Amino acid sequence: MKKQKFELSKGGKDFIASIAAIAAGLLFGLVILLFSNARQAFPAFGMILKGGFTDGLSGIAQVLYVATPIILTGLSVGFAFKTGLFNIGAPGQFTCGAFAAVYIGVKWTFLPAGAHWIVALLGALIAGAIWGMVPGILKAIANVNEVITSIMMNYIGMYLVNILIVKFVYDPVRNQSVPVAKTANIPKAGLDKLFNYSNINISIFIAILAVIVIYIVLNKTIFGYELKACGLSPEASRYAGINAKRNIILSMTIAGALSGLGGGLLYLAGSGKYLQVVDVLAPQGFNGISVALLGISNPIGILFAGLFIGHITVGGNNIQLYNFVPEVVDIIISTIIYFGAFALLIKSLLDRFRRRPSESGAVKEEK
Amino acid sequence: MEYVIEMNHITKEFGNFKALDDVTLCVKKGEVHALLGENGAGKSTLMSVLFGLYQAEQGEIKINGKPVKINNPNDANNLNIGMVHQHFKLVHNFTVLESIVLGRETVNGGFLKMDEARKKVVELSEHYKLKIDPDSYISDITVGMQQRVEILKMLYCDNEILIFDEPTAVLTPQEIDELMKIMKNLVDEGKSIIFISHKLNEIKAVANRCTVLRKGKYIGTIDVETATRETMSEMMVGRKVNFNLDKAEEKLGNVTLKVENLSVVSKISHKKVVDDVSFEVRRGEIVCIAGIDGNGQSELVYGITGLIPLQSGKIEINGKDITKDSIRKRSLAGMAHIPEDRHRHGLVLDYTVQQNVVLQTYFEPRFQRHGFIRFDAVREYAKKLIKQYDIRSGQDENSVTRGMSGGNQQKVIIARELDRDPDIVLAVQPTRGLDVGATEYIHKQLIKQRDNGKAVLLISLELDEVMEVSDRILVIYEGEIVADLDPKEVTVQELGLYMSGSKRKIAK
Repeated sequence: MKKQKFELSKGGKDFIASIAAIAAGLLFGLVILLFSNARQAFPAFGMILKGGFTDGLSGIAQVLYVATPIILTGLSVGFAFKTGLFNIGAPGQFTCGAFAAVYIGVKWTFLPAGAHWIVALLGALIAGAIWGMVPGILKAIANVNEVITSIMMNYIGMYLVNILIVKFVYDPVRNQSVPVAKTANIPKAGLDKLFNYSNINISIFIAILAVIVIYIVLNKTIFGYELKACGLSPEASRYAGINAKRNIILSMTIAGALSGLGGGLLYLAGSGKYLQVVDVLAPQGFNGISVALLGISNPIGILFAGLFIGHITVGGNNIQLYNFVPEVVDIIISTIIYFGAFALLIKSLLDRFRRRPSESGAVKEEK
Repeated sequence: MEYVIEMNHITKEFGNFKALDDVTLCVKKGEVHALLGENGAGKSTLMSVLFGLYQAEQGEIKINGKPVKINNPNDANNLNIGMVHQHFKLVHNFTVLESIVLGRETVNGGFLKMDEARKKVVELSEHYKLKIDPDSYISDITVGMQQRVEILKMLYCDNEILIFDEPTAVLTPQEIDELMKIMKNLVDEGKSIIFISHKLNEIKAVANRCTVLRKGKYIGTIDVETATRETMSEMMVGRKVNFNLDKAEEKLGNVTLKVENLSVVSKISHKKVVDDVSFEVRRGEIVCIAGIDGNGQSELVYGITGLIPLQSGKIEINGKDITKDSIRKRSLAGMAHIPEDRHRHGLVLDYTVQQNVVLQTYFEPRFQRHGFIRFDAVREYAKKLIKQYDIRSGQDENSVTRGMSGGNQQKVIIARELDRDPDIVLAVQPTRGLDVGATEYIHKQLIKQRDNGKAVLLISLELDEVMEVSDRILVIYEGEIVADLDPKEVTVQELGLYMSGSKRKIAK
């Protein structure tokens, strides 16, 4: 029994695996920096590592601003993954949520000041939910693979939003959406003054709240128990009489709502970010996959993974000082993801190392 | 005394787990040597060492008195060691002849010369009285004949040492008798046989000597003729096993499960795999559905439990029609299901014991409040079941079921299903792959259920189980119930005839 003390908990193993992936990704980034400009590589690398801590409080605020939407899309992907579904539709859900928020923000000025931004966010939530629900329904009823349908929904969402922007909230000069009404901006609650950074607002708290809610749903409720059972073993869940079809639809709907909320939070931040009429899928959606993988689909892990990716993204922007392009950080992130997939392997290796002694222990006990 | 195989002091470790610990096996020329042990006792590991699949850390192997080193199965083949696997390794769209010569084809300039091969195969089959038809396709012949093909294959390679790995698991009683005769013939012709089994009757019937393993350790080698069933099982399990199940007189009550004209169509072949089946199970009886694997018993259970749709028919529990009800409703109506495939259906393998014991009851008020799980209640419940059903695992209620032994996984399922106090239990091969101790335990639980006035429907492929546990036997053959028998009046041989379709009592 004493042996158990030395054994890592499951969370501990996940954590080590993620850290290993991050280290490998950073190392690879350093190699690239060295190749492109060896002399400045180390200071630039230091800057990436320092990330948000470069500019004092405002740097930290910047990290929070960048991290908020990807925490939500990460949560979206991670939540679906826990229930056995791969929600690759986060970009589409994100964009639809963003458009709904912008539309309400621009048009529904009749709403009172305190309620306007809340209604706009709810709109984002609902639009994302609908975009997630469609693949869910198709999977539940016709057993269509959700990966294929959600990729298609990404493109449908992107082009549809382009059309709708032009039709309803278009700024032809800049080829983008018009600014939302001031009342639709998410309150800053003095954070901008505290951090001395204008883009920050309470949305990070909304993201943290979402993390907590999803954590509780997954781990403390019978709904989460059902969802996870369906994800881990669809056949055993069916045997136990769990309504898998309903759970698939609900799970995709909730995942979509989270991505949609992420879109709403970003475009209502009042940070001078507008919906562009371009044929590009929202990168925040795909970053959500990275965040979810790095956080091993655990809500708390996703929160920290999102903050970390925000941190090095800010660092990546800073290395332009040394004449490096910020895309180096994208390479680092994608390398981390490769190694993140690798982390699953490391995890199973750790499992194997640890299992041996406990197995023989069990045999002894039986005697 | 000359030994054809000597495996002396073999030790095989996986990590720091000793799968074999100083095991010795000596087989005389011309004998059937049984290798007896429970699952996980190390029988297969020992044979894998002999076959060159694993290398032993310690110990030596001698063939015909000469020390040898067996590094891979080819070495074993060159030493004339052959094996009939539990699951036959045959190509289905080959003929019998083609299957036998596969890998050792007689050729002339790159072209097959089957005539020579055919002559040798026919000779062998006549010599050893192994009836086969060389031109039938493997997919068309019976399991018994497939096994004879496997045996011929070994003989065709001139093997002198034949290993039979649990060969009777898939056979009818008639085919088992046949196999026993074949084994005796082979031995008379000077071959040596290692016969792996945990069925004492068969060992008694055919083996000369028997080596017993338990938990990787060598327990002893005994002369089968003088040993009793009781001593052998005691050596195997390490304690006395009660073979006689104490069953009270049956007290029949009302009909609990009623199945009428049930038909199920296979999704793959579009054939009727369950064909117009009707029967009743009453309170206080164990009804057993006996049959050879693949005759529709799995589909019948899936149909009754709602896992697959019915083509037609009606199912009632306690007089209530549940034909159209969901799985959840059936379970709430008092149906419990110990599934055939405990990994696929029985457990969420990555859930812990406590999460698994509430798989059908988590939504009941005792385990939840306003949608939140009452962790204390679930934990206490799991602890209670662990104690009551003697479920053993590393971390008790927090053990992930994937890492548990098969017997204990099955106990988790049985505890969960029986503790729901169901009116009817459908137990499908509940003792498959379990050792004698666990089997005994599960049989007792089922009988306890029956004695408490509940109904049990047992689906089994093991004839011993069928004969010992049940109060009534329904024989299923090609999806139809062909006989309704009383185990007290029917013999195993007769039962075999019904199972193989050569006899039927209930007219079409």
